[in-house]
Amino acid sequence: MIEPLFAVVIGVLFSLIAVKILGDSPLLVLKVLFKSVFGSKEDLATTLFYTTPLIFTGLSVMISLHAGLFNIGAEGQLLMGTMALTAFGLLFPNCPAVLAIPFAIVAAIIGGALYGLIPGFLRAYRGSHEVIMTIMLNFIASGVTSYLVLSRFKTTENQNAETASLQTIYRFPELLPRTPLNDSFFIALFCVILCSFFLWKTKLGYQLRMVGENPVAAEKYGISSKKILVLAMTLSGALAGLVGVNEICGVSGKFRMGFSPDYGFMGIAVALLGRKKPFGILGAALLFGALHKGTADLDLETEKVTRDFSLVLQAFIILSVSVSPFIRKKLMESRWMISLMNPSQNGVVK
Amino acid sequence: MNAFLELLLSTLRVATPLLFAAQAGLLVERSGVIHIALEGCLLVGAFSAAVASHYFHSPWIAAGVAMIVTALFSLIYGFFAILLRADQIVSATAMNFLAFGLVPLFCKMFFDVTGSTPQLELADRFSVQPFYVAFVTVIIVYGLLKYTRFGLQLTAAGEKPEALATAGINVGWVRMKAMFLSGLIVGFGGATLSLFLSSSFSKGMTAGRGFMALAALIFGKWKPIPTLFACLFFGLTEALQIRIEGTQLSQILPLQLIQVLPYFVTIVILSGFIGKSRAPTAIGRPLFLFLVFVLGSGCNFVEVTQTQKSFEVKTFEKKKTNSQNLK
Repeated sequence: MIEPLFAVVIGVLFSLIAVKILGDSPLLVLKVLFKSVFGSKEDLATTLFYTTPLIFTGLSVMISLHAGLFNIGAEGQLLMGTMALTAFGLLFPNCPAVLAIPFAIVAAIIGGALYGLIPGFLRAYRGSHEVIMTIMLNFIASGVTSYLVLSRFKTTENQNAETASLQTIYRFPELLPRTPLNDSFFIALFCVILCSFFLWKTKLGYQLRMVGENPVAAEKYGISSKKILVLAMTLSGALAGLVGVNEICGVSGKFRMGFSPDYGFMGIAVALLGRKKPFGILGAALLFGALHKGTADLDLETEKVTRDFSLVLQAFIILSVSVSPFIRKKLMESRWMISLMNPSQNGVVK
Repeated sequence: MNAFLELLLSTLRVATPLLFAAQAGLLVERSGVIHIALEGCLLVGAFSAAVASHYFHSPWIAAGVAMIVTALFSLIYGFFAILLRADQIVSATAMNFLAFGLVPLFCKMFFDVTGSTPQLELADRFSVQPFYVAFVTVIIVYGLLKYTRFGLQLTAAGEKPEALATAGINVGWVRMKAMFLSGLIVGFGGATLSLFLSSSFSKGMTAGRGFMALAALIFGKWKPIPTLFACLFFGLTEALQIRIEGTQLSQILPLQLIQVLPYFVTIVILSGFIGKSRAPTAIGRPLFLFLVFVLGSGCNFVEVTQTQKSFEVKTFEKKKTNSQNLK
């Protein structure tokens, strides 16, 4: 608990130093951020709306991390999940209203899961590095979706790069007036609990974590690590795919090109800051969601600092999280720390 | 025939930044560090070159500035990934974030716009020179890896760091040197983006070229000359795309299909379906336990292991006496 907080504090400090160098007031930036996030009920709801996709992608990266894999491909998987949902909605406009949203959710899950299955399978059975694979698959996903949006499902109403609108049966009812917050936030919360239960209370979850910790030992205990790797990437993809529900059923009702400001990559930061714990991820997603919302207002309120500042903040936070194992190890090895832990020695190390 | 020549020239042109980035990535990866931060490095190079050219009015000075700035940026990545042994993929992702966040902020500071820098005069830009420099770079990298002592050390750091350490050479330092060199190269690559392929810097101008360079070096099996051809092939797909766009052919053949072709090829190659491509053995592995590059102290391998061992024995004995005391 202390380490991530420490990382955030250090990250924010460094970013504020960057602000100072750029020639703006760090205090003003903090004030704008704070006001933008907590200013009113609507602001808070918008923050929660930005939090939702980050919970999904954070959980997605987390599941893969527990299996010892690094899923950089959440971005591609969420694009494919969203595309699957959109395609389903456009191909079946006359779906019964009761079933429309459940089917849409399932479509998003399947789209993402299948796209996660590919690197999982190649990793397990062909031994190819999942990081490189998912990077390549991200580009392929953006190519495929842009083809489908521009050529197959292009809207006839305007010239924007987006698909035609889905029927209203595919939309969530309004939760709070004048805010984009929708029911997918509750789906995200449910996923947090589900992941927590799956990883620590089920046999499969235990096997998954075991493969991540020590694949050789897992294999000796009769766990097929290959199947677990495939499963982990598939689950990871499914969770990323759910971002589509927030976007399509929640706000826009159509696939807009470039709707995701790299939610997939932000998911990496969320998962790491959340220390691979579902509820930690909830907290981290809230923080990054708030940053995302807050920095959008920086454009208007400050002179030099723009919305890109959120990337700088994220970078510093990730960097400080990533060095924490080294720092911890150095601290543990230092004589001072050892003398602290062995009070009987009176601080004298032989 | 004329169209063919045009296509060839356009291929060579768009392949130039890829060539630089891929050779830079190759150096780092051969030394045992995964370099996903290439994309960010390219962006930093492109931006610093555009700024320098705007003030100094010379493409060569601009390229020099870009090289130094990008090398420093690479060293920051090296500091985290090599010296502080942070997870390489995580810290590289952070470095990409940092580049994509800081560059627009600095752009705003210099020119009061976030998106792009002012247009550069024709005299402040390159005409064909980067293209030759790129090929010279490939030859230099090839010679460096094959015929120099440092090249051998670098390959050893990527294949068997233990052996290198036993020979009394600091693995972390070798990797840092590789990182610095690669920063110089990718910096020039970034400069070609803003001073050769276009006339100013704009925010999204790298357009995944750093990752494509990564794909190219995997396609080229982590070897300089095959990587050169991989870059040319990827350049060809990009040139084809530009040619086909807006013609009759684009009605039948979706542009996006050609666009994703390099990535698709990389996946096929990497999954071992056609000619397995083997990564350096120790890639992605941080310096292992005893090989700590202790900041400020120059102890060698044997000393570290010994102190480590005696340290472990000491703590073990301490624990024993503690538990005896308790009894």
